[in-house]
Amino acid sequence: MFSYLVNRVIQSIGVLLVVALLSFVIFNYVGDPINNMVGQEATLEDREELRERLGLNDSVIVQFLRFVGNAAEGEFGISYQFQRKVSDLILERMPATLELVFVSAIFALAAGIGLGVYTGLRRDSWLSRFVLTTSLIGVSLPTFVIGILLIYIFSVTLEWLPSFGRGDTVRLGSWDSGLLTGSGWLAIILPAITLGLFQLTIILRLVRAEMLEVLRTDYIKFARARGLSRRAVNFGHALKNTMVPVITIAGLQIGTLIAFSIITETVFQWPGMGLLFIQGVEFADVPIMGAYLLLAAIAFVAINLIVDLLYAAVDPRLRVSAQRGTGTA
Amino acid sequence: MTAGPLSGSGRLMGALYRGADSDLAYSFRRNPVVVTAAIVTLLYFFGAAFADWIAPHTPFDPSTLSLGDAEKPPAWIEGGDWSYLLGTDNQGRDIFSTILYGSRLSLIVGFSAVIFSVVLGVGLGVTSGYFGGWYESIVMRAADVQLTLPSILVALMVDGVARAIFAGTDIKTDATFAIYVLIFAIGISAWPQYARVVRSATLVEKSKDYVAAARVIGIPSWRIMLRHVLPNTMGPVLVIGTIDLALAIITEATLSFLGVGIPPTQPSLGTLIRVGQEFLFSGQWWITLFPALALVLLVLAVNLLGDWLRDALNPKLR
Repeated sequence: MFSYLVNRVIQSIGVLLVVALLSFVIFNYVGDPINNMVGQEATLEDREELRERLGLNDSVIVQFLRFVGNAAEGEFGISYQFQRKVSDLILERMPATLELVFVSAIFALAAGIGLGVYTGLRRDSWLSRFVLTTSLIGVSLPTFVIGILLIYIFSVTLEWLPSFGRGDTVRLGSWDSGLLTGSGWLAIILPAITLGLFQLTIILRLVRAEMLEVLRTDYIKFARARGLSRRAVNFGHALKNTMVPVITIAGLQIGTLIAFSIITETVFQWPGMGLLFIQGVEFADVPIMGAYLLLAAIAFVAINLIVDLLYAAVDPRLRVSAQRGTGTA
Repeated sequence: MTAGPLSGSGRLMGALYRGADSDLAYSFRRNPVVVTAAIVTLLYFFGAAFADWIAPHTPFDPSTLSLGDAEKPPAWIEGGDWSYLLGTDNQGRDIFSTILYGSRLSLIVGFSAVIFSVVLGVGLGVTSGYFGGWYESIVMRAADVQLTLPSILVALMVDGVARAIFAGTDIKTDATFAIYVLIFAIGISAWPQYARVVRSATLVEKSKDYVAAARVIGIPSWRIMLRHVLPNTMGPVLVIGTIDLALAIITEATLSFLGVGIPPTQPSLGTLIRVGQEFLFSGQWWITLFPALALVLLVLAVNLLGDWLRDALNPKLR
């Protein structure tokens, strides 16, 4: 178990270093940072001085180490587009994204497990068939099309829910929360559904398949024979044993949620990190892109690592011979 | 591949006959959903290839547009016009025609991206499986690192970096340039899957006697890989490729929708949806919803074909 743990941590650090190197290359060699910072009228001496001051004349290794050091302190330079510190911009936008990801993860988990259990228990009811067929079509719908459809139905036609923004937010220290106001909750409904729908279908199918598997086992038959209530059999015994793979997949899907929040935030003009990143890509704002790449990589590596370790903790077989491939998102 | 006594055309007929009589063709004919999906996909190919002849209007030639025809609803709604079957946008462009041209771009980018990632992934997979050693570990670790990030994020990153590199120059706004960038970005984002599958298949094939025999009689490595190992790894590549085509089309549409794909001067389906989205609020739903529907239908059809192919080629399910 211990060697497995060490192995995985070393692997994760390796991945992060590679991504940091990529991010460093993007920062330093994509476009000339000096050109992006000084005006047209700057003299050659001015440029040379700035070059020296920014440490661009040091050796590449020194520059890379400094970059990693700065990144560790959350320092990613100045955005070309907003002329502000990237770390401030990201900190400002982070609560919006995290709240969105959190709410849609809860939605996907609750609805996915609920529907999964139902379709697993009542295999042949028309409602189960309807849910499964819909979920098949749902997988083929790109995220932004789902968003547009929801906006058309619930904002334009029915005029029930807002189509953009976060509604009113409440400031808690440095955290801008939209979850404490009514308009904030109304505003998060459509984006959260859009973002969580794909994950919902994955969890639904997984739970259903696992339930069908578990319900066939002997200990479920025995539990029924003992005269336990349906509820105890279905939820206490069956559902509990489907949870190991569900935890793994759900964990990995949270990473995907962060990535796909870029799309959802664009559709709903949700003021989060994804929208910031897209604006960065659109305007070739290199510091924002580099910082986002590194942050996303840290998030993914951390999630993969936690899921792998959780898995090892839950599944005793893995503790013995622990040579698995890297978990994939 | 031995040269038989048959003439060229006779061999072709034989191959066609065997093809029509195979398990694959049988399972195809048995499945009406798959047949429908195949017909829909073919219709898209046909419409995209012959858009110049089929499209009733030339939406990207400004001289044929008239603002008097702008924002017409679909033909079956009051105020509609049968010469604009699915209505027009704010500049009087026929939606049906823009969808035909848009599907063409989406399919071109999707196909090229898949071919790019197949060539890259299969090439790296076969060589790393065959040669092994440090080369193999570098390739496979690179695949691991890339698989840590979702492919859409990788495509976005590559796209963004390419844009940043060419930020100062004027080719940035060029539609052709955007197409190449997208093909590269989407292609790069998908190679690890192919590399992994092909590498493990190569490892299996490599240990078999026929490869050892080929080596003993002095056939060069590249020829063994190309003529002996590669054909035996193509089944899974075909399956991944089909499913990947749907994914590549979605990725292209997503990037274009996000505004970092194909520019509006020569729109793909994603660009059309992006441009039309603002008209949703003023009631012109057809400008964005029809291209969206066209995209979903295409992706659904390709996905169904991919699913069927996966099951049909899986010997365990036969």
